[in-house]
Amino acid sequence: MIHLTGPYLLAAALVGLGAFGITVRRNAVLLLVGVELVLSGSLVLLVATQATGGDRWAAGSVLPLFVITIAAAEVVVALAVILTAYRHRARIDLAEPSGEAP
Amino acid sequence: MTALDTAFAATGLVAVVGGLLAVTTRHVVHAALWLVVALLGVAGALLVLGAELVALVLVLVYVGAVVVLVLFALMLTRAPIGPDLEHRAGPWRTAGSAALGAAVAVLLGSVLLPLTGGAVERAEVTSTQVAGQIFGTWVWPFELLSLLLLVALVAALAVSRIPREAAP
Repeated sequence: MIHLTGPYLLAAALVGLGAFGITVRRNAVLLLVGVELVLSGSLVLLVATQATGGDRWAAGSVLPLFVITIAAAEVVVALAVILTAYRHRARIDLAEPSGEAP
Repeated sequence: MTALDTAFAATGLVAVVGGLLAVTTRHVVHAALWLVVALLGVAGALLVLGAELVALVLVLVYVGAVVVLVLFALMLTRAPIGPDLEHRAGPWRTAGSAALGAAVAVLLGSVLLPLTGGAVERAEVTSTQVAGQIFGTWVWPFELLSLLLLVALVAALAVSRIPREAAP
C-alpha cells in the first residue's frame, strides 16, 4: 500500500527545480542538467500512474523507457551543437547578446 | 504512513536535495556529480514504486552515459576547476528563476495533489509483461525509436564536422 501524495510532490519538486536550473544557468552545458531534472520528474509521474494499476499495455513502464531513450538522443545532439558553437565562438555564455561572435 | 511511504520519502528527499544542489552549486563539475545523486534518488523512488526495469535503465543510461557525456563536454569547453565566476547569474536573474521554478512546482502540485485518493495497492508489472508489451503493442514506436537514435547519431556527427570557415 502506498499513498500517491509522495510521487506527485516529488514530480512537482523535480520539474520546479529543473525549470529553475534551465533559467538560472548561463553555462550552456549546465542547462542540460535542468532538462534532465524535468525529464526525471516526468518519469516519476509516468511510473506513478502504473502504481495505481490504472494503466493498460504496461504504459507506465514502457513510456518511461521511451522518454529515457529520447532524452539520451537529445543530449547527444545538444552537446554536439554546444561543442561546435564553442569551437566557433570560444564561449558558451547563454546571456551573451547575439551577433557578438569574434 | 506505510513502509513504502517511508522508503519513498527517503529516496525522494535524496532526489530533491541532489537536484537542488545540482542547480545551485557554483562548481560546474560538482553540478554534474550532484545530478548523479539526484538521478540515483529518482531511481530509488522508481524502485519503491515497483518499476525495477525503468530504475535500472535510468541508472544505466542517465548515470552511465548522459552524465559522462556532460562531464566530457565540460572538460572540452574548458570548465574551471574552482567556482565558475565567469557564468555567475546576477541577483535579478536568480530571483526571477527561483520565482519561475517555485511557480511551476506549486502549479503542478496544486493540479496533481487533488487527484490523490487513499492508499492504493502497488501494481506489480513484471519485466516479462513489459517485454511482451514492447514487442507487441508498442513495437512500431519502439522501431521508430531506433530510427531516432540513428538520426541523432548521424546529426551529431554532421554538426560536429561543420568546418570553421562556414561560421557566419
